Amino acid sequence: MELTGAEIFVRCLQEEGVEYVFGYPGGAVLHIYDALYQQDEIQHILVRHEQAAVHAADGYARASGRPGVVLVTSGPGATNAVTGIATAYMDSSPLVVFTGQVPTHLIGNDAFQEVDSVGITRPCVKHNFLVKDVCDLAETIKKAFYIATTGRPGPVVVDIPKDVTSNRCTYHYPKEIRLRSYNPTTRGHTGQIKKAVDLILSAKRPMIYTGGGVILDDASEELVEFTRLLGYPITHTLMGLGAYPAEDPQFVGMLGMHGTYEANMAMHNCDVLIAIGARFDDRVTGNVEKFCPAAKIVHVDIDPASISKNVKVDIPIVGPVHDVLRQMLRILKKTDRRPDAEALAAWWEQIEEWRALDCLKYDRESPLIKPQYVIETLYRLTGGDAYITSDVGQHQMWTAQYFKFNKPRRWINSGGLGTMGFGLPAAMGVQMAFPEATVCCVTGEGSIQMNIQELSTCRQFGLPIKIINLNNRYLGMVRQWQEFFYEKRYAMSYMESLPDFVSLAQSYGHVGMRIEKPEDVEGALREALAMKDRLVFLDFITDQTENVYPMIPAGAGQNEMILV
Amino acid sequence: MRHIISLLLENEAGALSRVAGLFSARGYNIESLTVAPTEDPSLSRMTIVTHGTEEIIEQITKQLNKLIDVVKLTDMTEGPHIERELMMVKVRAEGHDREEHKRLCEIFRGRIIDVTDTTYVIELTGDSEKMDAFLDALGEKAILEVVRTGISGIARGKRAMHV
Ligand SMILES: Cc1ncc(C[n+]2csc(CCOP(=O)(O)OP(=O)(O)O)c2C)c(N)n1
Repeated sequence: MELTGAEIFVRCLQEEGVEYVFGYPGGAVLHIYDALYQQDEIQHILVRHEQAAVHAADGYARASGRPGVVLVTSGPGATNAVTGIATAYMDSSPLVVFTGQVPTHLIGNDAFQEVDSVGITRPCVKHNFLVKDVCDLAETIKKAFYIATTGRPGPVVVDIPKDVTSNRCTYHYPKEIRLRSYNPTTRGHTGQIKKAVDLILSAKRPMIYTGGGVILDDASEELVEFTRLLGYPITHTLMGLGAYPAEDPQFVGMLGMHGTYEANMAMHNCDVLIAIGARFDDRVTGNVEKFCPAAKIVHVDIDPASISKNVKVDIPIVGPVHDVLRQMLRILKKTDRRPDAEALAAWWEQIEEWRALDCLKYDRESPLIKPQYVIETLYRLTGGDAYITSDVGQHQMWTAQYFKFNKPRRWINSGGLGTMGFGLPAAMGVQMAFPEATVCCVTGEGSIQMNIQELSTCRQFGLPIKIINLNNRYLGMVRQWQEFFYEKRYAMSYMESLPDFVSLAQSYGHVGMRIEKPEDVEGALREALAMKDRLVFLDFITDQTENVYPMIPAGAGQNEMILV
Repeated sequence: MRHIISLLLENEAGALSRVAGLFSARGYNIESLTVAPTEDPSLSRMTIVTHGTEEIIEQITKQLNKLIDVVKLTDMTEGPHIERELMMVKVRAEGHDREEHKRLCEIFRGRIIDVTDTTYVIELTGDSEKMDAFLDALGEKAILEVVRTGISGIARGKRAMHV
């Protein structure tokens, strides 16, 4: 039977088991919207800005592990989506983004609402396609899902001209797809893994450093077993939090620019570094010349291009993290060799000394609300059993430092691109994936205003998100840099003319609360968390001058931290 | 170090811009880039000449391999290989220069493929050094126009690049 392109589109998505499409309609995608309207397997979530559609799909993907799906129109629909696509690309999030396009005969004509979507998105997608013939549509969609979700995941854009959605072709959805030019590694090299285990067991001052790759590959269980078996200290990047339980004493906290003293000092002084699913980002390494000067490095990653890109490593292993860890575990369980207990005890003693500095201490007696206290209280009240999204700035760092993520996929933030405006729409996607879960968006008064219109979407779809606004009346992270590095010249970092967030939330039909005293923090959070079916906007008026500590200034070494 | 990287690419619209975009986005250097279809109509063959430290060349090959449209990649400079480019030069050919250019052309094993009463077009193939030497020998004053294809490379011996 022949179907229209729009009908084929819907069938393909159903075939892929897509639950939600996040999107926004427009001329070029009207045939598709008409086809979506006539079925009820796939629910369409109407956002208020295309950027939010992509972040929502991204939040859905990060929390659930399933690909997020987006549908936007041509021209401005596609350009509005670009920030979201780039955000997903930097954090390797699996998305399939469908953009409408002007009819094929008008392409290249500067037609109404025409942009070269494939050209614009090329540098920030894993791959993209322009579908010129309706008979290629089904196979292209299959390829898009396959590419987005395998190997190192990432966003794939499929640009579909309007006439392709009205033309007809016989529908056939391929069960499987093979691409001769794309064969992601499925197994780590056994020889390399043996060599790595040898080195790992010979360590005197070992350190395990893991990133988002462990979360993306669902390799948390293997990582926990591996780390416990060895008894080595472990640290995570911002993207890796939750892979190993933060409450466990072997976890020494996050590393990098705002990492803990003990994590960064242990990195700097280790003799064997075991890097797993992490990419030696500049926010982690600081000055690469001074990075882990004494360490031999093992690096496990699915993406060969991540290996030896920033820091030359000694034993590279290309492969999926879970497979490599399983192979390592198998060897470790067979051999009688054990880590050098004496050396390890001395190493731990040193680490405990660093830890005793208590680098995350802050003034608990202050009459002002300390942002750290809000996050700590949120952690205590939820028992950690919540999904936390964040925006970008100081509040993001405090959340990473003070909320103890004990499970993977619970911490959802824009680490790579650092996109303000990510938090609220991402929380919508998370809440769609887990309707019963507690979902909180920790944000700042700057970031929240970048996608505040989504309060309307939350109302329409009944999403009971808890928005924790750490309102310091500053673009806090910018202010902090200006305080440290620009002699307190606070250029454009003061937030004037802020809305009354309480009545703003109320005007969207939500609950709003303003909290101004430390003693009210716990009560307000309790009350909000108990409102299971309402979105609550908690506007915490916090200490304006609080800074994120510790901090490694850009260009410094890991042992050159600014402490409180 | 100078490297010659050969690629087999899916013959898809946009494949060339993915490669070119990768080089500009990551700040890699391209000395020349040539691309044309192969005996298999679904594939095109590209030759890129680039410069960089070993670390940069390693990144270039990894990043190229990561592109979904890249089917195969070989660094020609890792083994014995042949490189050639085609050049056409339009030269001023008047008076006793007519004989002089003709002789030079024979020495370099070029061919005169177009003649007017005042100009020649000379065709020459070879590696880049030979092209440069020929241009030097002609001298700046004689040259009206130069067009070069950029390097294509192929491995010596039985080693062949195919899918
Ligand atoms: C879209 C975007 N624009 C600009 C920036 C630069 N930037 C990083 S943090 C920050 C301040 C964020 O302020 P706020 O959301 O109030 O959070 P705070 O730092 O005060 O917690 C800015 C402007 C960014 N990350 N993203």
